[in-house]
Amino acid sequence: MSRARADEEEYWHSSKFRAFTFDDEDDELSQLKESKRAVNSLRDIVDDDDDDLERVSWSGEPVGSISWSIKETASSSTSSLESRDSSLQKGSSSYAAFPKQVSSYSLSSLFKGRNRLPSFQSLSDALSDTGVKNYAPELRRPKAEYKDYSSDWSPKDTVRRMQRGKICSLERFRSLQDKLVLLDEAVAGHDGNVITAVLIFLKRTLRREILFRELEVRQVALCHLIHFLKETGEQKLLLDLLRFLDRTEEVALSQYREHLNIQDVEKRREFLKGCIGLPFSAEDTSHIQDHYTLLERQIIIEANDRHLEMAGQSEIFRKYPRKASILNMPLVTTLFYSCFYHYTEAEGTFSSPTNLKKTFKIPDKQYVLTALAARAKLRAWDDVDALFTTKNWLGYTKKKAPIGFHRVVEILQRNNAPVQVLQEYVRLVEDVETRLNLATKYKCHDVVIETYRDLKDRIQLTAYKCKVERGSAEEEKINSVLNNTVRNTCFFFRNLIRNGCRLGVRAWLSNILFVLAGKLILHLELHSV
Amino acid sequence: MAFAGRRDVPEPPDFGILKRLARDQLIYLLEQLPGKKDLFIEADLMSPLDRIANVSILKQHEVDKLYKVDSRPALSTSDQFCFLVRPRIKTMRYIADIVNADKMSGRSRKYKIIFSPQKFYACEMVLEEEGVFGDVTCDEWSFYLLPLDEDIISMELPEFFRDYFLEGDHRWINSIARALQLLNSLYGPFGKAYGIGRCAKMSYELWRDLEEESEGDGQGRRPEIGNIFLMDRDTDYVTALCSQVVYEGLVDDTFRIKCGSVDFGPDVTSSDKSIKVLLNAQDKVFSQIRNEHFSSVFGFLSQKSRNLQAQYDRRRGMDIKQMKNFVSQELKGLKQEHRLLSLHIGACESIMKKKTKQDFQEMIKAEHSLLEGFDIRESTSFIEEHIDRQVSPIESLRLMCLLSITENGLVPKDYRSLKTQYLQSYGPEHLLTFHNLKRIGLLTEQSAGETLTAVESRVSKLVTDRAAGKITDAFNSLARRSNFRAISKKLGLIPRVDGEYDLKMPRDMAYVFSGAYIPLSCKIIEQVLERRGWLGLEEVVRLLNGNEFSVSDSSVEDNPAWESQRIVLAVFLGGCTFSEIAALRFLGKERGCKFIFLTTAITSSARMMEAMIEAKA
Repeated sequence: MSRARADEEEYWHSSKFRAFTFDDEDDELSQLKESKRAVNSLRDIVDDDDDDLERVSWSGEPVGSISWSIKETASSSTSSLESRDSSLQKGSSSYAAFPKQVSSYSLSSLFKGRNRLPSFQSLSDALSDTGVKNYAPELRRPKAEYKDYSSDWSPKDTVRRMQRGKICSLERFRSLQDKLVLLDEAVAGHDGNVITAVLIFLKRTLRREILFRELEVRQVALCHLIHFLKETGEQKLLLDLLRFLDRTEEVALSQYREHLNIQDVEKRREFLKGCIGLPFSAEDTSHIQDHYTLLERQIIIEANDRHLEMAGQSEIFRKYPRKASILNMPLVTTLFYSCFYHYTEAEGTFSSPTNLKKTFKIPDKQYVLTALAARAKLRAWDDVDALFTTKNWLGYTKKKAPIGFHRVVEILQRNNAPVQVLQEYVRLVEDVETRLNLATKYKCHDVVIETYRDLKDRIQLTAYKCKVERGSAEEEKINSVLNNTVRNTCFFFRNLIRNGCRLGVRAWLSNILFVLAGKLILHLELHSV
Repeated sequence: MAFAGRRDVPEPPDFGILKRLARDQLIYLLEQLPGKKDLFIEADLMSPLDRIANVSILKQHEVDKLYKVDSRPALSTSDQFCFLVRPRIKTMRYIADIVNADKMSGRSRKYKIIFSPQKFYACEMVLEEEGVFGDVTCDEWSFYLLPLDEDIISMELPEFFRDYFLEGDHRWINSIARALQLLNSLYGPFGKAYGIGRCAKMSYELWRDLEEESEGDGQGRRPEIGNIFLMDRDTDYVTALCSQVVYEGLVDDTFRIKCGSVDFGPDVTSSDKSIKVLLNAQDKVFSQIRNEHFSSVFGFLSQKSRNLQAQYDRRRGMDIKQMKNFVSQELKGLKQEHRLLSLHIGACESIMKKKTKQDFQEMIKAEHSLLEGFDIRESTSFIEEHIDRQVSPIESLRLMCLLSITENGLVPKDYRSLKTQYLQSYGPEHLLTFHNLKRIGLLTEQSAGETLTAVESRVSKLVTDRAAGKITDAFNSLARRSNFRAISKKLGLIPRVDGEYDLKMPRDMAYVFSGAYIPLSCKIIEQVLERRGWLGLEEVVRLLNGNEFSVSDSSVEDNPAWESQRIVLAVFLGGCTFSEIAALRFLGKERGCKFIFLTTAITSSARMMEAMIEAKA
């Protein structure tokens, strides 16, 4: 008896240790659900009053918060804040994380420090600047009121003053030499704001070719000018600059970028047509060409389908009205659309999937994924089947996919495919672990049972019994697998070992060949169970 | 600062004063425009403003109505408009339009623009060009620093990332320097400064420059923060690109934490309302799970809910007096805890649901292979399929970037094919996105010019005229190489683990990525602090493209007994992620020191990718 038990133990592999995974719905999540139940059951004890909860408006903003208030003004700009605020003040302190101003610091002592005036500063500076220097907040006169037209600052001092937010006139830097020294000082000072300020001045006072020429050897400043031109939208000057620098690809991209701002599709299409000739790299030129062709197609399809939909004679459009226009959508979305509404059309029409596939050289993988998703959405399982069925030269059919079958399963599942359909593809998943996971997740009992049987994992198989319905065909199947396989194989194993003892090693080895052959047969038999 | 074994972690300084400073200055500025006024607020400033002030404070200072900048202004009868804005050209034009429209219709009003954190000359130029320069007055609200939590301070400048790293614009460096100056004056003087990256170096220099003028200020004062470490985001893109698996990071990736608070939608709250929740150390539940690996969170939450249940159950056997005590003393706390617990359980559930749907597990596996550098083919086809299935444009980009950075660029064949498929799946206009990613160096193509740097230096020595500019320019567009593999090997970023990595009892910072990878940025900080400088890290520095520095201020008293010696201000220029924050908090606990985070903004892979996409003007 105990002997047989030991054999059994030997036969079954131990269950594999299972680490935490995010796919693991069972253990961790059920634990979580349990906690949730526990906590929720407490709710009625607790929910008697809400006094310590934040008061939150419908949009989720705490009442009295600034974002909330702005939304309110937007929705009812007539009523003033006055009337509302008094009623809301109670809730407004939800974020009051700090006590109401009980500080041992005096504010003014924090901002002020004695400023040791550097000796090189001139008299006018000493006059305009008080000896007290402010750091953080500007608690005196606003800076805008400062005007210092003193004109004898060195370039370095000018830059330093500008860094500190003081207005300095740059007009006295008139020679090219002075201007460039000023620019170099600004760059050396690391403050981009000042660099841009100097560039604005240079741009105003220098002919552009000269400015460009000087910037070419000053990369940091150049970046600032380019960014400035982008932000202010001085497209023409920007393009001139890029052309001067021979950055042809950027010239092209920068022009192409403008299409984002064109709303009208016809105009956009015309614009894109013009972009094809721009100096892109060879690779990008074909992308631009595709962009143009795609939009052209979409305009045709859109006009056609809108017409069809309006006429109300096409069944598919009646059954599944279009949610949005196809204009400006990506190619794959367009392909999905055409697999959804125009699947059976001949290759000659612009809207047929095969035509799209050919025109844009869509890879097989991409095509199959998209077609699968579209046909599954329509629950056209025959079409799905046809996508993966191939015939070999003998006329046998075989299931083949350019993507993993686990993907196929996932897409089918997301479209609520029935278990019968799903099961067929789960079975085709090659990796055992993935197959098991998928089969368990989607309740393809047959596949789970078969896989555990092949893995000889008794513990998991026994454990699985509690997941199938009591008295169902699945339970019976588990029972029969558990009983049969164990007995059969144990018998073989026992014989194997016994014979080994009796015949001696050499004969035993030759016997092994025989036994292995036997096992193979057994294995085949098991599969046909 | 030396890591001398485990010690108690020092308490962080109180940053509440930063909020008060900002609020007081805002009030002062509002009072500069006496009388009733309408306030127009830039969308990006609303959340930060919410954290330091509320409507009644604005109201007390005669703000009548509030508007969002960019929405068409309602017919307002107010005589005064105040604009609270970021210094942006677009916003200037918006304001100028309002002013000019008023002029046309013969209305006279007072206008005031308050720039936060500072004014740019380019903005004034636009006002001048639009002919409204004299009609508006300008002010600056130096709101540089928003404390998001007891150890996180944000500058709330997400645009810094694109402006500096993509456009090469140095406009925010002055703001950073001034922020450092303010912190130094309140919590310094910082005795030791370390840093790596060009921007770090420039910010440091400009800050010292500002500091020189105010010398004598902090001398002899006992500092609260003793060390500062500045780092450019481009030193380590890899960490920022990885999927986050610590709780706070996952919450950020899934729901987007905005300015320290998050909107939990109906799927989390299991009601029809959304709830805005402040996530910080004050949240007793959140503060215990924020740094944990997601797998440990469930256990914690269920333990916690069992405890809660038990505490409620104690009521049963109580007499009146005990009951009275219970209600007056404990009930409120329990109720609060109950509310938080159910929210976080709801959040976990929602995260699980979302992640199972998009085969997160497989993605993590692909990421780990990329980090370790094997099965590249397999990961590439995983990414390809991700694109083909149109799973998510942002995630697809992120994975491609991770592949490119870890592999020092894509093989040309792969680059072309992935790019084509991406354009087909998500739209041809992403051609512009690819161009941006190439410029910033996040997604590049391996080229025959791998040895260019050597050639470059030789050529630039030979050529001194204007052609030199052109050549450097060409090289610039090739973006720098990442050298990730070599750095990873040098610093041992991939832990050798035998058996399972116990995520509940982490042994190193790798736990923030399930034990697969120690975040590079944090490892560098660890190494430099340990060595008190860059000595011995020369090879790593070379691979990181240099620009490192380490300065100790001799004028600052260096007393090893001071707690400030064990407090480090970690400055991330270009954003830091919650995973990095969790990793350094862990390191701090291990080594008995405290990290304070100063970042231009909290970032994540999605925010970085979105910053690279071109939008219409």
